[in-house]
Amino acid sequence: MPEFRTAELKNGLQIIAECSDDAYSTALGFFVNTGSRDETDEVSGVSHFLEHMVFKGTPQRNADDVNREFDEMGAHYNAFTNEENTVYYAAVLPEFQTPAVELLADIMRPALREDDFCTEKKVILEEIKMYEDQPPYGADEKCRAWFFGQHPLSKSVLGTADSVGQLRVDQMREYFARRYSPKNVVLAAAGKIDFDELCRTADQVCGRWEAIDSAREVLPAAPNIGFHLVHKESSVQEYGMLMSLGPAAVDADRYAAKLLATVLGDDSGSRLYWELVDPGHAEHCSLHHHDYIGAGMFLTYMSSDPEFAADNLHRIAKVYKDVESFGITQAELDQAKSKINSRVVLSSERPRGRLFTVGGNWIQRREYRSVRNDLDAVEAVSLAEIATVLKKYPLTQATTCVVGPLSELAH
Amino acid sequence: MPSLESAAMTILVPAGAVHDSTDKCGLATLACEMMLRGCGPRSSREFITDLENLGVQRGESVGISHASFGAATLSKNLPAAIKIFADLLRRPHLPADQLDAGRLVVLQELSAIDDDPSHKVMLELKRHHYPDPWGRPSEGEKPAVESMTIDDVRAHYQHFFRPNGTIIGVAGRINWPALRDQIGELFADWKPIAAELPAAGATGKQLEHFPHESNQTQIGIAYPTVPYRHADYFRASGAVGVLSGGMSSRLFTEVREKRGLCYSVYASYHTQRERACVLCYAGSSSDRAQETLDVTLGELQRLANGIEAAELARLKARVKSSLIMQGESSAARSGAVARDWYHLGRPRTLEELGKLVDELTVESINEYLRANPPQNFTVVTLGPAALSVSA
Repeated sequence: MPEFRTAELKNGLQIIAECSDDAYSTALGFFVNTGSRDETDEVSGVSHFLEHMVFKGTPQRNADDVNREFDEMGAHYNAFTNEENTVYYAAVLPEFQTPAVELLADIMRPALREDDFCTEKKVILEEIKMYEDQPPYGADEKCRAWFFGQHPLSKSVLGTADSVGQLRVDQMREYFARRYSPKNVVLAAAGKIDFDELCRTADQVCGRWEAIDSAREVLPAAPNIGFHLVHKESSVQEYGMLMSLGPAAVDADRYAAKLLATVLGDDSGSRLYWELVDPGHAEHCSLHHHDYIGAGMFLTYMSSDPEFAADNLHRIAKVYKDVESFGITQAELDQAKSKINSRVVLSSERPRGRLFTVGGNWIQRREYRSVRNDLDAVEAVSLAEIATVLKKYPLTQATTCVVGPLSELAH
Repeated sequence: MPSLESAAMTILVPAGAVHDSTDKCGLATLACEMMLRGCGPRSSREFITDLENLGVQRGESVGISHASFGAATLSKNLPAAIKIFADLLRRPHLPADQLDAGRLVVLQELSAIDDDPSHKVMLELKRHHYPDPWGRPSEGEKPAVESMTIDDVRAHYQHFFRPNGTIIGVAGRINWPALRDQIGELFADWKPIAAELPAAGATGKQLEHFPHESNQTQIGIAYPTVPYRHADYFRASGAVGVLSGGMSSRLFTEVREKRGLCYSVYASYHTQRERACVLCYAGSSSDRAQETLDVTLGELQRLANGIEAAELARLKARVKSSLIMQGESSAARSGAVARDWYHLGRPRTLEELGKLVDELTVESINEYLRANPPQNFTVVTLGPAALSVSA
């Protein structure tokens, strides 16, 4: 059985690990409690841009050194940024635990050199252009902005070509100093871990990081309901997004929300699948639950031939109206439990898979949950709890955004 | 793999898109879609529901050589899942009344590719580089898919779904004697059917541009290399690993890190049984696309001058850790076992693979590169304006 261990450095940096002696590899990650919701409009996109800059070197290493040293360990490493976290990770063989932590910790104090900043800005602008060329052509970010309104979760992770283009390195340095305080960082590990050694290394390489208070303001979300059509002439398919409120990260009913999303909108065998995808009305139609601190969201995503788009939106609305009126069946709930349980087990087999769950749970909820805890929580969800979620978070109360070649759409 | 709770299987049936006739491009894909619509005693809905009640994560795809069916679940549920897959492979209903729905699914997937420029450029790259029909997109073509009948679908199934050439790779926590006996019971009386592979015809143009209204120009470059079963495979793929594997690789360093030309750039090894190529991709703003193409091609040509010891050391570290981590996933292992069987007639163990990688030297790779420099490039671009390739 894996053993969960925790420690804390004097400066507030927390160290957590799920240690499994029979694992073949070691996954390590710094989880930073910062993302687009912590940005102002002037620095929109800075969290994600900073994530790129972290790999551009430190006072001791240039970018080539960073990449070369990770590759010398055979590390599988990368980083990602979302609305509320930035995560840097590496999966390595156990013999590289200490050098991998040392290197990850070093890059967490980046040099943020101006010439690197200017070169990397070009890469970010390319990334923004790449997404503008791909569905849903930025309409997902527009939909989020409409839905969340003035709430911080309305912010775009990438930012815009304008906001990133005008960003200055001193603004990034100021953001870094404020948000990358050790109190805001968790060092997480999963797999074959020497925990005592992990703590010793962390103390050596992170112990001198200066602690600064960096609280995040958490406001309730007051979403806007509405319909928006975005005309994109060159698109072949029509893409639809529906956002509605769901349980937040610490809400006990988040497991019921995930099961409900599986019953209604899993990629296969769900109600939306049988209603839209199997008959060929839509190329894709799914429903997911996303939980954030203080708010959660159900997101429906649909793509289809433009000719079928209006009809598909009606079909989705009917599926949601029906479930709000009549609920789901025990057989549907049992099937969804089997699917989720199997996914939890399969995704947990690799330390890399566990790292994101263990680290994510800790940074969002200060909570450790074993695979068994998650399986038990899924198993315990009842039809009554699903009904509660449907009542508290009506899927029919959504902001809808449609993008594609249509210039008008009946809804 | 006793440390795992799961088991996974990968089924390869030699019923890929290479068998699609010119006027029926996409038939193999449509047939695969139609096979999922009921089999044995199960309706379309029962087939999916029964698998999902067993917690089976499944995926189907049609490539040039094979129709592939993948499934992973808790090991205790694997025998029941295999039974359902036996019905799928041997007793599909191929119902006429669901043909229109199946066809719409395939047509919408084709439209989705039209909205995904990076995917589209790589499909066209393979189509131009490989000799016809070995580079055809298995996704098909709209007019052909629109014209197919249920008889076409049934004929495809009857000609190409057969035990000879079919491979079932299984990995994870399994009971081998029980598995072997179960596969025997379910498949031993399946009758073989002779089927020949089509000959390799002409290749497409070496330089092709597709006009596309977009911010970025998509660049695809291919050049020939040796297939997986060739004795030089590890030397050839080692060189590709130096080009693109990890962030210290040459393409990432030269194209993205030093010049900021693009967000995504890579090279990957693509192998069929008889032929193979290296596929390279870069997507860059249209005003910098020419420079991106020039720098990328320059790096491919520079590879002929050889690699360095430090590059090989990093490559070996990366491959070694990948191999060990592959042992942590039943799905990854089952896919590798099935593919090895197709290409080599036997699976390679992780130890054997590790030894082959250990044996690589700078001299052996450089000797290969001197004799086989990257050349004969096929270049396909998609974007607002065509690019030029200097001699």
